[in-house]
Amino acid sequence: MDVLERIKEQVESHPVVLYMKGTPQLPQCGFSSRAAEALGACGEEFAYVNVLSDPEVFENLPRFADWPTFPQLYINGELIGGCDITLELYQSGDLQKMVKEAMAGRKTSED
Amino acid sequence: MNDRVEQIRARLSAALSPVSLEIEDDSHLHAGHAGARGGGGHFTVHIVSAAFEGKPPLARHRLVFDALGDMMQKEIHALSIKASTP
Repeated sequence: MDVLERIKEQVESHPVVLYMKGTPQLPQCGFSSRAAEALGACGEEFAYVNVLSDPEVFENLPRFADWPTFPQLYINGELIGGCDITLELYQSGDLQKMVKEAMAGRKTSED
Repeated sequence: MNDRVEQIRARLSAALSPVSLEIEDDSHLHAGHAGARGGGGHFTVHIVSAAFEGKPPLARHRLVFDALGDMMQKEIHALSIKASTP
């Protein structure tokens, strides 16, 4: 499968997915670490892709949504932003709502 | 004088006519970590511009990335952006 199709499938099959350097348990970059921490604090499980262990995604994700840096947060298939925007949304309380709604949407559609 | 900071300043000034622009070079804080391979720098930009009026954060960040152009692939490894309006 083409890498852009693979990314599209990842962001569409997971309501919340974070592309990051490293893992939430062992982040390899301060920005990825802070984004994963804010997302984890929303109290829902989220999917992640370690771009350091997937060179093809690392190379191509920036052109997928025309966003040059990592981490990148996607909710319901849409780019939300990088670390700064994720933290701003968390501090305003919006991220928690967006994540909860996205996860609730998935649960409903599976019932 | 830091060339990369001056280059960032020149591009953002030209594209967004900011009323205030502060650029910090945070590269020294991150030197050598696994995510920083490739040698690009870490920077924080505080920018106040009327160009951000009515735009959500995602669109504001895109304006900054667009203004920096190919610097995002080479000179800049990570960029923290605080974008606000006058």
